[in-house]
Amino acid sequence: MTTGELVRTESVVRPVRWRLAALRRAPIVPLGLIILLVLTALLANVLTPYSPVNISLPDRLRPPFWEQGGSLAHPLGTDPMGRDLLTRLIYGARISLLVGFLGLLVGGGVGAALGLIAGYAGGRLDALLMRITDTTLSFPIILFAILLVVILGSSLLTVVFAVALVLWARFARVIRGEVLSIRERDFVAQARIAGSSSVRIIMVHLFPNVLNTLLVLLSLQIGWVIIVEASLSFLGAGVPPPTPTWGSMIAEGRDYIASAWWVSFFPGLAILVTVLAFNLFGDWLRDALDPTMRQL
Amino acid sequence: MQRYILRRLFQSVLALLALSMLIFLMSRLTGDPTMLMLPDDASREDIAQLRHVLGLDQSLPVQYWVFISKAVQGDFGRSIKGQMPVLDMIAERLPYSFKLAVVALCIAVLLAFPLGVLAAVKKGTALDTIANVVAVLGQSLPQFWVGIVLIQLFAVRLRWLPVAGVGTIWHYVLPAFTLGWFVVAGMMRLLRSSMLDIMGSEFVKLARIKGVPEGSVIWKHALRNALIPVLTFGAIYLAILITGAILVETVFAWPGIGQLIYQGIVFRDFPVVQAVVLLTAAVVISVNLLVDIIYAYLDPRIRYG
Repeated sequence: MTTGELVRTESVVRPVRWRLAALRRAPIVPLGLIILLVLTALLANVLTPYSPVNISLPDRLRPPFWEQGGSLAHPLGTDPMGRDLLTRLIYGARISLLVGFLGLLVGGGVGAALGLIAGYAGGRLDALLMRITDTTLSFPIILFAILLVVILGSSLLTVVFAVALVLWARFARVIRGEVLSIRERDFVAQARIAGSSSVRIIMVHLFPNVLNTLLVLLSLQIGWVIIVEASLSFLGAGVPPPTPTWGSMIAEGRDYIASAWWVSFFPGLAILVTVLAFNLFGDWLRDALDPTMRQL
Repeated sequence: MQRYILRRLFQSVLALLALSMLIFLMSRLTGDPTMLMLPDDASREDIAQLRHVLGLDQSLPVQYWVFISKAVQGDFGRSIKGQMPVLDMIAERLPYSFKLAVVALCIAVLLAFPLGVLAAVKKGTALDTIANVVAVLGQSLPQFWVGIVLIQLFAVRLRWLPVAGVGTIWHYVLPAFTLGWFVVAGMMRLLRSSMLDIMGSEFVKLARIKGVPEGSVIWKHALRNALIPVLTFGAIYLAILITGAILVETVFAWPGIGQLIYQGIVFRDFPVVQAVVLLTAAVVISVNLLVDIIYAYLDPRIRYG
């Protein structure tokens, strides 16, 4: 009993110790950017006087304020429909973050659940689930996401499912690996001897111990999810217009590369900064919570 | 070895069957694929006729059998837009995609190998940092946007290279570089970590003690062994290349399969997208099988494992 308790205490208590020491070393810039971004998305309608969808053709393709013909009324210029680019960027953050979080919730949830089940059950079920996971991982699964969107038509919900479809295997693989090592620990055997059901063992004994890994995975994957969403939007398989998304804004600027570089440049910059901020934050979280996961 | 190949062959066929079943079931998600195949303004008679032609009045297993036996014979139906047989459209575009992918892969290997090896050998130096930045940016940059920025810079501003399309050898430069760069990031990181492992191993120490020149130790003894993990990731690189090709071909108006997919999305051309997904599945699974067989040939532990 004592060893089991000891092991368990150790693995569960670690985050508390970590919180005190490492939070001071949190990366200020990425964290600040993420907070700023979330606030921007939430307060979009307060931050800008313009509508992200109303077309105003007389104002079309105004350049950013520092170029000739630009003005501070439209700091980053306007798009081919005369809509304020900065406004659309701000509203676009909503879609990127919303799809990012929802996609992670569904994809990460399903993946983690399958990983827990496969790792705990072992045997044939494990072999089958991992075979499916590996096939998914080595496959350009975005093709299936595209097929799904073409069949169901594009909407926020379809895009979330498409993203989850691409994402789940990454979680299943890592979580299952974690469970395999935890499963052999004494406290799991003791719980089984004490008559705990499989569901209880997974939820009470295994899940809390993979929580660290799960958090790190979530933070490391969110940047990638945002890129997947932007890619789908760019291809016309994302949230349909006129809702502004960063990916579809880049697509709209594609025909104006020679005359109006800003239309496709700034949305891409927004994606780059956002994804970089999340990736740097994820890297830090990984090192702080679980340095053994370096190769993730 | 024969038994191993047979077993892997069987598994591959099984995987392909499972994927084709998944694709088939996805096409029935809305209940009735005729809605996907006919334009929105199709008349009731048209719908009824197509339902009959497609055999949608029959049971699901029978429908699947029809679907798969037609696919095996190369009949993927006709495109909604243009009414061409889908297989002809794919055959016309395949060479373009293939050529672009090969050039991109060559660029990727030429960049990733020296960078990955040198980053490991000169760990902690400025070179290692540069390699790390390349890797991080490779994960944070949206590929299609990189393509657009490169066009703006090298084609519109500097006028060094063509904007898009095919024709001369110069048309390859920007798309192949954009496509290849995203393979570089992953390949380089993997090579760096596997080189670091190998450089600390006994046989590398022995080679050094024997007095083998350092260049030979790194580029012959160590690199050869460090390449094995890179080879096993072959299928993953293929997946990255295919995903990337959809975006890059769209950006550069490259007349390949990727652009076909894009047009399939735009026109909601369901038969086209379905056929491309199915054929890609077949290609990826075949390449996986091939990599596994090569790997088992190189490393006997695998085939008896």
